[in-house]
Amino acid sequence: MRRLPLLLPALWLAVFVAAPLLVVLALSVARPDAGVPPFALPFGWNGGPVWRPNWEPFSLLVADGYYLSAFLQSAWVAGATAGLCLLLGFPMALGISRAAPRWRGPLLMAVLLPFWTGFLPRIGAWTGILRDEGWVNGLLRGLGWADAPLPLLYSNTALFLGMVHAYLPFAVLPLYASLSRLDLTLEDAAADLGATPAVVFRTVTLPLAAPGALAAFLLVFIPAAGEYVIPELLGPPEALLVGRVLWQEFFQNRDWPVAAALAVALLALLILPIRLFQRLESRR
Amino acid sequence: MPLRLLAASVCAALVALGAALGPASAQPAPVLNVYNWSDYIDPYAIARFQRETGITIRYDVFDSLETLEGKLSAGRSGYDVIVPTSEPTFARLARAGALLPLDRAAIPNWRNQDPELLRRLEASDPGNRFGAIYLYGTIGLAIRPDRVRAVAPDAPLDSLDLLMQPENARRLARCGIAIMDSAIDVLPTVLRWRGRDPNSADAADLRAAEESLLAIRPHVRAITSSGNITDALASGEYCVALTYSGDTIQAQARAREAGRGVEISYIQPKEGAQLWFDMLAIPADAPHPEAAHAFINFLLQPDVMAGITNQVRYPNGVPAATPMVNEAVRDDPNVYPTPEMLARTFAVTALSATAERARSRSWNRFKAGR
Repeated sequence: MRRLPLLLPALWLAVFVAAPLLVVLALSVARPDAGVPPFALPFGWNGGPVWRPNWEPFSLLVADGYYLSAFLQSAWVAGATAGLCLLLGFPMALGISRAAPRWRGPLLMAVLLPFWTGFLPRIGAWTGILRDEGWVNGLLRGLGWADAPLPLLYSNTALFLGMVHAYLPFAVLPLYASLSRLDLTLEDAAADLGATPAVVFRTVTLPLAAPGALAAFLLVFIPAAGEYVIPELLGPPEALLVGRVLWQEFFQNRDWPVAAALAVALLALLILPIRLFQRLESRR
Repeated sequence: MPLRLLAASVCAALVALGAALGPASAQPAPVLNVYNWSDYIDPYAIARFQRETGITIRYDVFDSLETLEGKLSAGRSGYDVIVPTSEPTFARLARAGALLPLDRAAIPNWRNQDPELLRRLEASDPGNRFGAIYLYGTIGLAIRPDRVRAVAPDAPLDSLDLLMQPENARRLARCGIAIMDSAIDVLPTVLRWRGRDPNSADAADLRAAEESLLAIRPHVRAITSSGNITDALASGEYCVALTYSGDTIQAQARAREAGRGVEISYIQPKEGAQLWFDMLAIPADAPHPEAAHAFINFLLQPDVMAGITNQVRYPNGVPAATPMVNEAVRDDPNVYPTPEMLARTFAVTALSATAERARSRSWNRFKAGR
């Protein structure tokens, strides 16, 4: 009976995590085929169970530098996004946690509010703002500061604007959680012992907020590494991140096994930082 | 794109509403599930088919071939009539066994189609077994003539040289160059411009096309979907774009409606333009194949086709429809290519999976600019 409450989450995980994962794993060692669906499963029944995995998708990922460069680019974009979100999110979270209690609710609400709008319209709106005949360029032209439109859309500027805009709440919330739990008497004690505000911040506030900062970094990094929509709609053509490469394999090359192998590889690579995080957490 | 999506969903909702308010009967009304490009039909044609046959149409739209092919590849899409483009989607679906061979006996209006266009189509569908022609067009350059003349007065206005000569591209970069993000549509066009076989899967040919594209890459402002290019063209953002003829004409119409002095015209390259066809096809597992045949037969009537062309401004494959098309549309050689222009077009054929991957890799190197 005591196990009963565990049943529901276990069932959920089995149906919506484990089962799809198994399908993707099977697909990643399937054989591409011209039929409907465009692959032949690696297992079957021919008088007995047959298991004929095709490892070519994975050897292609290793052998062809194209995929490695996509992973490196994704890691760079996700890392830079997470770093920018930390830089922006930390002062925001600190400000909210030190605000008068009656303001904290509304301020947190303001951070969460964008989630009430769909993800796609929020990203799509940037194309209207940044395009050559968009608001920013219109303003610059109106002020006489630019005679030719600035190439804002389809640039790294647009890519990072979109990424930081979309992922900032994922950084602010864990930072706020750890900063609001912080014992303010520790800061007072340091100040009483003669530490300047800068020293208090560096030696007391920052180390105590570090777990929250790490959680914030990973919460942004992990979904950002597989991001497809933002680089596709806002990024430059050369930003061929894993998400876009996966899309190309699936839809343009119609190679579902290679697309599935890319998804498996991305997942495996993302488990590493998650495990690292758990190890650090448990050591505390 | 958000606007297109919005427009598409509003259209779909209106059509669904129309269907819901249509004639009700005691029996479960026969239905037909149509999956077409967004903004790509005459709404009157749908209403008339429903009235004449009593079949209710459930109309759904896509705005990229990838969406269509993804759904069809998974199987059991539930659609009865789809409108894939001849290459690569229609040919690939036909080869994969995802399409039903058409029963010509159920489509007496089949003979209304232009035999010359059907012959061209055999590159994708030998024997014309799997599809009837819905609408067609070419791939070429959308330009803003005033801007182009201002920055490159000596550049030719009838040739792909306008875009592909680095000297021209360098000058045109100031007013904006866009290329649609579609290897299958751009690489054959560039191969033909370089005097090579547009369907070549040869590594040296592919490298030659790639070199030409890389030479102009620094001057290209956008490599994005043809839908995005249409939106941007209509608001006057680019002065040269390599895209579909039909998209250019839609951008032209929208720019005129906006009335902000943006004039757009289309160049069919004299070196030879790639011909494409949007096909009427039936998925192999369509739930209502009889109704699907009836709908295709209905669409191939001259007056119905003329109404569609008047609405969307793409030429159709039914010659008897031409006299019923508005004069402004039918006499525009950018919409209806003249016989001489048609003679200078080419159709692409399907490639092997390996060749397709090589092509898409070459295309990615162009996008990356290295």
